[in-house]
Amino acid sequence: MAYSDRMRGMFAAEIESIKEKGLYKEKRFICSPQDAEIEVEYPEGAAHRKVLNFCANNYLGLSSHPDVIAAAHAGLDARGYGMSSVRFICGTQDIHRELQDRMSAFLGTESTLLFPSCMDANAGVFEAVLEAEDVIIADRLIHASLVDGIRLCSAQYDTFKHMNMAHLEKKLELHRDKRTRLIVTDGVFSMDGDLIPLDEVCALADAYDAMVLVDDSHASGFIGKTGRGTHEHFGVMDKVDLITTTFGKGLGGASGGCVSGRAELVELCRQKARPYLFSNSLAPSIVAGSIKVLELVSGSTERRDKLERNTRYFRERITAAGLQVGGQDTPIVPVMLYNAKLANDMARDMYAEGIYVIGFFFPVVPSGAARIRVQLSAAHETEHIDKAVAAFRKIGEKYGILGLDKKGIVEKYGL
Amino acid sequence: MDEMKDTILEYIIDEYVDEDDDLEVTYDTPLISSGIVDSFSMVSLKVFLEKKYKISLPDSEATPEAFDTVDSICKLVDRHLG
Repeated sequence: MAYSDRMRGMFAAEIESIKEKGLYKEKRFICSPQDAEIEVEYPEGAAHRKVLNFCANNYLGLSSHPDVIAAAHAGLDARGYGMSSVRFICGTQDIHRELQDRMSAFLGTESTLLFPSCMDANAGVFEAVLEAEDVIIADRLIHASLVDGIRLCSAQYDTFKHMNMAHLEKKLELHRDKRTRLIVTDGVFSMDGDLIPLDEVCALADAYDAMVLVDDSHASGFIGKTGRGTHEHFGVMDKVDLITTTFGKGLGGASGGCVSGRAELVELCRQKARPYLFSNSLAPSIVAGSIKVLELVSGSTERRDKLERNTRYFRERITAAGLQVGGQDTPIVPVMLYNAKLANDMARDMYAEGIYVIGFFFPVVPSGAARIRVQLSAAHETEHIDKAVAAFRKIGEKYGILGLDKKGIVEKYGL
Repeated sequence: MDEMKDTILEYIIDEYVDEDDDLEVTYDTPLISSGIVDSFSMVSLKVFLEKKYKISLPDSEATPEAFDTVDSICKLVDRHLG
């Protein structure tokens, strides 16, 4: 047996080390459909408990929408369960083409290519489009999947300070000699809930002959007045060259992602992107469900409007309760606690109050910037939000942090 | 060597420390292990060093350990200057 006791001991020690550093991810089981209210088994083996969910990416509340479920059932009946092939052999159905075309229409782009996930889209897009004589200039807080994709490709790369346009310009100037400059950013940053000023990014791209790629996973379906994304919000629908995004968050929450944008760049992904070439695409039921999601969000802004109202209401109430929040007008609301143990302890106590939220700390967020990330959904009703705010007030009072600013919290708990 | 230390320290403060950060960075301040510089943005420092000192730092040597303090960075650059 090759897996010897020595090897077992070595890997077990690594797991212990993860636990000792406080970085161990515990198992949590959801025993109901995804929604504003869910049933959770946590810790493993504990009795199921009903809690309000404030940590899902179910921004539009479509994860368990009856029309989406019905469409997925119909897709299963009409096109079967699986494809048993990658796209370019015999794994592309007419409904894959339909979803791509509908996504292009929704995002206002020339062309779209589906990937098994946005993680895969980000892993594949750079190596498909860029060569060693090109440079990627990326915001420092981009999503880990973009970082991985950038590292997998042969292009050079550099970074600019988070959302700092003067620094971005400096880097564009520094890399004027490269064949192609590609600016890479998230539209909405998932840990801070802030929006990149995409109009300014695009103006700099024009000035320095650069292309722009935006990962809009935390924006597609609800940012912008008709929910098209960050490019709609900033009035630069025709200026962004590549958008990567997911169907696994606001747009139904199942799985799948895409690269969408200039036709030639998308075509290069079809020809060269390895996660596209060497993995099955979305299953037919998910494709059919996603088509229904796009129908729903294209036909009405009701859900994104409700999400906007919920976000504003929560931000107002939580601030009035004396807690500090970061980010802008997005449904990602980081409640800033700075100290990792405090964030962890408060999240645990919130769960005991029936509110499911998670504490985030280094290395997921910068050291000394621990927080509880709250995510709003169109599935939340006002009474859900009131309960969450009441729980935050109660737990905040227990830890004596209500009304304290960063300095006050750090003085009390340290960094 | 002192001039190189000052040049690199100045670059790190300008590149990685925000004006409102209450951080004092010196020659032996841990940069990577403290989170001031993360493994992704470390590349900016590498680009700077290669351009400034006209050297090429192989990835195998541009490690988080080698980049962890101004002192260790200077040793690395010095080795490549021959």
